[in-house]
Amino acid sequence: MEKLEILQNYWWLLIAVLGGVLVFLLFVQGGQSMLCSRLSEGRRQVMVNSLGRKWEFTYTTLVVFGGAFFASFPLFYSTSFGGAYWLWMLILLSFVLQAVSYEFRRKQGNVYGRKVYDFFLMFNGLFGCVLLGVAVGTFFFGGAFTVGKTNILDVAAPVISQWAPSHGLEAIACWQNLLLGFAVFFLARTLAAMYFINNITGDEGLTSRMRRSTLANGIIFALLFVGFTVVLLTTPGYKNVYGIFEKEPYIYLNNLLEMWWLAVIFLLGVVAVLYAVFRTAFDNKWRAGIWWGGIGVVAVVVVLFCIAGYNNTAYLPSTIDAQSSLCLANSSSSEFTLTVMSWVSILVPFVLAYIFYVWRSMNAGGISEAELKKDTHQY
Amino acid sequence: MNDLIGLVDWSRAQFALTAMYHWLFVPLTIGLSLIVAIMESVYVRTGKERWKGITKYWMTLFGINFACGVATGLILEFEFGTNWSNYSWFVGDIFGAPLAIEGLLAFFMEATFVAVMFFGWNKFSRGFHLAATWLTALGVSLSALWILIANAWMQSPVGMEFDPAQMRNVMDDFWAVVLNPVAVNKFIHAVTSGWALAGVFVVGVSCWYLMRKSNVEAFKKSLHIGAMVGFIGLLLTMWSGHGSAVVVSQVQPMKLAAMEGLYEGSVGQGLVAVGMLKSNAEDTPSDPMAWKIEIPKGLSYLIYLDDKHFVPGINDLISGRSISEAGDTVYGMSYADKMVKGREARNALRIYNEARAAGDTRTMEAAAADVKKNFRYFGYGYLSDARDAVPPVGLTFYSFHIMVMAGGYLLLFLAIALALSYKRRTLLENKWFCRLGILSVAVVWVCSQAGWIVAEVGRQPWVIQDLMPTTAAVSGVPGSSVQLTFWIFAAIFTALLIAEISIMLRFIYNSSKQNIEKTH
Repeated sequence: MEKLEILQNYWWLLIAVLGGVLVFLLFVQGGQSMLCSRLSEGRRQVMVNSLGRKWEFTYTTLVVFGGAFFASFPLFYSTSFGGAYWLWMLILLSFVLQAVSYEFRRKQGNVYGRKVYDFFLMFNGLFGCVLLGVAVGTFFFGGAFTVGKTNILDVAAPVISQWAPSHGLEAIACWQNLLLGFAVFFLARTLAAMYFINNITGDEGLTSRMRRSTLANGIIFALLFVGFTVVLLTTPGYKNVYGIFEKEPYIYLNNLLEMWWLAVIFLLGVVAVLYAVFRTAFDNKWRAGIWWGGIGVVAVVVVLFCIAGYNNTAYLPSTIDAQSSLCLANSSSSEFTLTVMSWVSILVPFVLAYIFYVWRSMNAGGISEAELKKDTHQY
Repeated sequence: MNDLIGLVDWSRAQFALTAMYHWLFVPLTIGLSLIVAIMESVYVRTGKERWKGITKYWMTLFGINFACGVATGLILEFEFGTNWSNYSWFVGDIFGAPLAIEGLLAFFMEATFVAVMFFGWNKFSRGFHLAATWLTALGVSLSALWILIANAWMQSPVGMEFDPAQMRNVMDDFWAVVLNPVAVNKFIHAVTSGWALAGVFVVGVSCWYLMRKSNVEAFKKSLHIGAMVGFIGLLLTMWSGHGSAVVVSQVQPMKLAAMEGLYEGSVGQGLVAVGMLKSNAEDTPSDPMAWKIEIPKGLSYLIYLDDKHFVPGINDLISGRSISEAGDTVYGMSYADKMVKGREARNALRIYNEARAAGDTRTMEAAAADVKKNFRYFGYGYLSDARDAVPPVGLTFYSFHIMVMAGGYLLLFLAIALALSYKRRTLLENKWFCRLGILSVAVVWVCSQAGWIVAEVGRQPWVIQDLMPTTAAVSGVPGSSVQLTFWIFAAIFTALLIAEISIMLRFIYNSSKQNIEKTH
């Protein structure tokens, strides 16, 4: 394997890990979607503040996910973002509304009232999850685009990547993408329920309610995920064979079988999530579901990214021109840039270490209504 | 082609809208994070609870503002892809790297420690909390560093070469990108202007309390720190601004000419201190100003430290005219010549691609050499008229002069505020001084926005200086779609700004009825 190929694979793995962490952190959005249910004011307040101390991690991971894609696979950035315009704009819209809502919702003089900001949080909770799932779905089910790098020489129409006139709306209407989108949504709700159990103390009523919620959302997620997995493993894709994309039936199933260790990680991840769901639901003393579920989710998402991009697979297949499909080899940054960024990535463990330390310290003792009353900075 | 122009204009408008809103919030975040860190340091050093109250008061205002900066920042990053997709491919190899490093090193630092800042008062030791506050301030500045490195690269592309096989630029010298002189000046200028802005903000808010005789001692102390940070920040802003102007004269002389409204340059060129452009300035290039107060030979001296040096104007740059040290008129490469060279580079690239498809390596090598020879003019090949390379002169000129005048006023005001806070503290309660302080808050934001306009409008039409005009950088999205998202974001950002200002005002008003040293 040449150095460039190793670097491409390394950066795809980093993106996969970022993607996995992002999906795990979507528990914030899942929790926000639960705010629409009937809740006492005190309970709602604790839930919002519990989520509010984590929302920036999700947000930052999304930003870094985008930045890492730009840096390591700029042709994807240019093709998907510039093409599936409406899909990405709606995602951005939902996250912009989230960013201010925590800070503003209970502040005096917030102009629009608390309920509007809570609606923004719920909007982000639903649409943020579903649409991010749809965007990831295009990695498998493709998009209607063409890439012509020589277009840049045409002064009148210089655009390299051209997308279908619906500009991402067709991706939202694609049922396979939606299947993944809703699976992500119910997964986020499942994780959120487990997070609340772990983070909120002194409210047994809420805890038992969240245990029921874990089971209900977990079962819906499991059904959707099984459906998605069946569709995925039976879907054809494109493989880059010496620079030519050739259609291959069952490509993702083949990738799993060829890279058997990924299949093992995938199964372990699924087992971890199921274990977290069922033990949380039925063991009234157990609060660690979020960690088991989180690790499982990261593992499964990393594997999904790996089978989308490794083994010369087109990770963004074009549904209208197979040869325009994007794979790691034809869309990455140069060897020099990937090398520079790889040196920088050595700092990642340090970043993770201080995040872990701060998270653990902040979570020590959990959050409760009593503790919240003492805090001068509340959401 | 008309569709393309409409798309480009709306894409520019959308990016400008997002960037300008972002820049309303970011400098305050940068400066206020430093001020809060200084205040908390005093608290930890002295152990006086009063300082804890003061710190938490300003931290609350920091938090309200921080959220809006984060919200607009997300859009800005993704708009490189959604609205400038060609650009993203053409320079993603260089531009993306600082962006990724920014996210990895700065954003996570910011996001992690800002949580400790707000919620960690009772969970961590004083020392750790203080460290978190300083790390937040550092993270905020580091965020600015990497995006400004990326921005500086667009204004002065270095550390890369064009790869015809990939039809894009690839980085070949990371340190040249990081240590680009434009980046160094830009970073210092942007960050210290944030200190200045936040300093004036703190002084202005403090003045309001002092005028109402509320929390007098706390806000005199706040005013002192605000004036100190603001004054130092503004001095550094001016120093780095001068450095920026010198670099601009080397890498973007057209921007400098537009900043001065200079159409025909001369030896010993004067500096327009204040003036007004004629409505038909372009038609009277030798006398474009309706009126002006000029510092004789000022521009030549400021830029070249030589009061006899020639400074080119817009028409000189277009025609390639210059005046040598001996006083002879000499002609270098005109924009028309550059357009020819740019087209030659484009044609050579076309030949290269055809030869590549045909497997003709000899022709490929010859064409690649031609591309390399003329690539520095590549962007000119997209222009249909040399005048297309002239930025909006009026907007650049007025923005620059508003920025300079406002900056001069603010330096004077901050110097007075600082002096009073040291020697004549009772005068800080003078109602005229306080009114001036409150008014200065508006002035500093006008100054800050004007600076952004100079930097970004002055470099038009280039998205990458000389290499890529905005017309070649856009995404293949209908102009109507971008128009729609422009209005959606305009409405949302405006609504958020109204909410932020309203929350801040209400918080400031409510706090005037409390003892902030105890309640926060």
